[in-house]
Amino acid sequence: MYDKGKIIIGVIIFLALLLSPFLYQLGKPVTAPTLVLGTKEKQCVESLAFMKSSHMVLLDTWRDEVVREGKSLYVNSAGKPYNMSLQNTCMKCHTTKTQFCDRCHDYLDVAPNCWDCHIAPKEKEQQVARSVK
Amino acid sequence: MELDKLPKPEEMQIDLTPPESGWMDTPVNMRDGTYSYPAAAKNLKILDMPNPREWSVTADDWKLPQNWQEIILEGFKERLEKYRSFKLFMDICVRCGACADKCHFFIGSGDPKNMPVLRAELLRSVYRKNFSTLGRMLGRFSGSRELTLPVLKEWFYYFFQCTECRRCSVYCPYGIDTAEVTMIGRELLNLVGLNINWVIEPVANCFRTGNHLGIPPHGLIDMWEFMVDDIEDITGIKVDLPVNKKGAEILFVTPSGDYFADPGTYTCMGYLMLFHELGLDYTWSTYASEGGNFGLFTSHEMIKRLNAKIYAEAKRLGVKWIIGGECGHMWRVMHQYMETMNGPADFLEEPVSPITGTKFENSKQTKMVHITEFTSDLIRNGKLKLDPSRNDRFRVTYHDSCNPARAAGLMEEPRYVLRNVVNNFFEMPENSIREHTYCCGGGAGLGNDENLDMRMRGGFPRANAVRHVRDKHDVNRLICMCAIDRATLTALMHYWAPDVEVGGIHELLANALIMEGEHERKLDLRGEPFSGEEEDEDV
Amino acid sequence: MNAWFSVFTALVAVIALVLLAMLGVETIGLKSIFGVIIPYVAFVIFFVGVAYRIIGWAKVPVPFRIPTTGGQGKSLPWIKASYTDAPWTTLGVILRMALEVLLFRSLFRNTKAEVREGPRITYASAQWLWLAGILFHYSFLTIILRHARFFFENVPSFVEMLSSVDGFFQILVPTLFLSDLAFLAAVTYLFLRRVVLPQMRYISLPADYFPLFLIGGIGISGVLMRQVWKVDLLKVKELTMGWFTFHPVVPEGLGTIFYVHVFLVSCLLAYIPFSKIMHMGGVFLSPTRNLANVNRSERYVNPWNYPVKVHTYDEYEDEFREKMKEAGIPVDKE
Repeated sequence: MYDKGKIIIGVIIFLALLLSPFLYQLGKPVTAPTLVLGTKEKQCVESLAFMKSSHMVLLDTWRDEVVREGKSLYVNSAGKPYNMSLQNTCMKCHTTKTQFCDRCHDYLDVAPNCWDCHIAPKEKEQQVARSVK
Repeated sequence: MELDKLPKPEEMQIDLTPPESGWMDTPVNMRDGTYSYPAAAKNLKILDMPNPREWSVTADDWKLPQNWQEIILEGFKERLEKYRSFKLFMDICVRCGACADKCHFFIGSGDPKNMPVLRAELLRSVYRKNFSTLGRMLGRFSGSRELTLPVLKEWFYYFFQCTECRRCSVYCPYGIDTAEVTMIGRELLNLVGLNINWVIEPVANCFRTGNHLGIPPHGLIDMWEFMVDDIEDITGIKVDLPVNKKGAEILFVTPSGDYFADPGTYTCMGYLMLFHELGLDYTWSTYASEGGNFGLFTSHEMIKRLNAKIYAEAKRLGVKWIIGGECGHMWRVMHQYMETMNGPADFLEEPVSPITGTKFENSKQTKMVHITEFTSDLIRNGKLKLDPSRNDRFRVTYHDSCNPARAAGLMEEPRYVLRNVVNNFFEMPENSIREHTYCCGGGAGLGNDENLDMRMRGGFPRANAVRHVRDKHDVNRLICMCAIDRATLTALMHYWAPDVEVGGIHELLANALIMEGEHERKLDLRGEPFSGEEEDEDV
Repeated sequence: MNAWFSVFTALVAVIALVLLAMLGVETIGLKSIFGVIIPYVAFVIFFVGVAYRIIGWAKVPVPFRIPTTGGQGKSLPWIKASYTDAPWTTLGVILRMALEVLLFRSLFRNTKAEVREGPRITYASAQWLWLAGILFHYSFLTIILRHARFFFENVPSFVEMLSSVDGFFQILVPTLFLSDLAFLAAVTYLFLRRVVLPQMRYISLPADYFPLFLIGGIGISGVLMRQVWKVDLLKVKELTMGWFTFHPVVPEGLGTIFYVHVFLVSCLLAYIPFSKIMHMGGVFLSPTRNLANVNRSERYVNPWNYPVKVHTYDEYEDEFREKMKEAGIPVDKE
């Protein structure tokens, strides 16, 4: 007795699960979301690479320092001072949450808790952002 | 070896801590009392088995064929292609160690190679070397090794130090069954003529005479008639003794161990009395006079060769169905192998109890019913007059035999019968009964005397549980449903738990059975007075 | 083999793999090898290897029906039988297998036996291995599923839910996943029990330590990448989506830790088909678990059943006929 049928069904299910990312794309290239920077400013608070990988750490530190320690001034690694504020500093340049923050976060399934407290600034033109959902 | 040559029970040294040297570097130590003697050449010849010769386990030269490695590896390969169980169990063990302290031989001996995982690794190491690419490449790092003579000696020692009880398989997260591994291991050993006489002699006997003990037909008649006489003395009734009776409705098959050796004989007398009382149209057979099947301890082929007699005899006698008596490994064969090997038995009918009309649906294909299924159905339907107080002298506990419990799921029927025939029944601790039951230490052909030291060790976990109920509930009778148990547990109790006697279910049933026309019964089947009556005489 | 030698060998092997990845990426700059080619090769080995092994088992017949009955079998109607431990229906078998695969039912039965003075044996419940096993496997599964955010352009919604449950406590930034903690704790436990318990130490092979270290290494590198040496996830996804769309790219600026993580995962994938980790497929095929205890009520066919030499009744009677007649036993031929 072999039960080959059942085993082959099992193997196919397993292999299909493995291949699902390939099958889902069917070879169609994916373009990473483009971010609307919303500014001509050349330099962010810290280096681009740092901001890309670690902005959440910076924001978290700001949050703690402002809310818990009452500080408001951040001096970056180049010695330049910034007001520690998501809405007044960050969002001054990066004006649209939907076209800047959300694009990456949605694409990578990141759920930051910034907007649990902050209210996202109203965006003038509700452009149809790259649909993710 | 005899019991009094062993150290006293309280001086038995057991240490579960493994030795310093790794298992691959610890050669086997053939200590007296822990191994079984080789099979005699004459027995191998009767069975046309390879390499018949006289040899000694402790000798350096085992007189193997020149190309023994080739033979074994060829056999290994063949079995990997025939048994998914074997191939799978070679592949998927993660050595989690859950099985380690589940083996009675490990608990009793502390020998780490008695951990089921290492017992299987003895084969796996050779498997990796010869049948796995990565194993071959990585050598010892992958746990692989050459099949050398010392390795072969380990196989012999440890595969004849496993009783195929399947306890470890209950706990294994992948259901790895060491019985399967041991069975194949023994098959491989058999290919080069490595076997033990206590297995092969019964097999040779059974092949020729129909039973393990080699009792010829006229000898069987003598034994049965002796029992009939004893029953007459005890009850005043001369019971029927139908033998090789053509056209009977039922063929009855039971292990031959119960024909000649106490306390099994009392159980056998119990069957005779029960069937007589029911007026059952049944027959014994001299040709199929063995329920047990030591082929199970030899090879799959040998199971089939011996088991073929059962259906053949049922067909020749023209019976409708078969009842099987109290036996352990017999029920592994009857339940899990017989129908596949020698069926379909379409010349038989679906078993229906002629007394109660109950259809034994669970046996409708094999057409073979377990005696406790038959008897518990009788009791349930009120067909037996029973006086359990006749057994009041006994404070009873029940030992599940490995195979009925873990291979057939026969756990409740024997208890049901027992509860109806005795008033004092006590279970042993939960982790030693039912599917958790411990082997008697002498199953799978290891119940011989030369192996006594290891038997007492292997039986220790069982004895430990019996001692517990003996001390707590004054238990004095250990009941079992297996002929090997009845032989081996007797010695085991003698050693570990003196004053606990061993017996069978149908012995107690027959004690309690009120037979039509019996004279006033004062004695139990052993010729000892029932409780109470003795006191009456004293008063 | 000496136990410590086994631990040492396996540890050295895994450290060597880590160093290899660091050397390859940092010094020689073989980013496309470690970022694309090795993952592809590993995936193919895993994919083909696992299928090959399972089909290899499937080709071998199960000649006999040999379930281990873990409870009362089905017999007379008034005797309560154990539906999942000695199943007699297909549903019962499916439930038994589900309990086995999803909840490690057999391992849950585990007890610990100890021999004490007397000698006598005492038993204690021992579910730690079961607990560690459950934690290990389920946290591993959770981690793999969470990684689906790198495998699909649009992240499936269950992954979002899983991640938010997994990061429920919102400790640290980025949130520390409970599954990461459980995973590392379980791996540590599984390793420690192997080296601390003498019996476990005795039976363990390098092949037992190697996957533990490898898997531990994967976990540690992953946590380090998330919490300490952060990488640009956009680039990570660019690379992973490159794999799945067959348009491989190696973005600049991904830290070495990422390549170490991917290389260890590749090693694990390629190692699985050759290793004991195949138990994940094997458990489904175990004949002592996946067969119903209907041995006496339903036919079971052994495909290679062959005729054997038997001793027939005629041969038997020929040998004993006279004695049988003397004893009054009926015979076929006078």
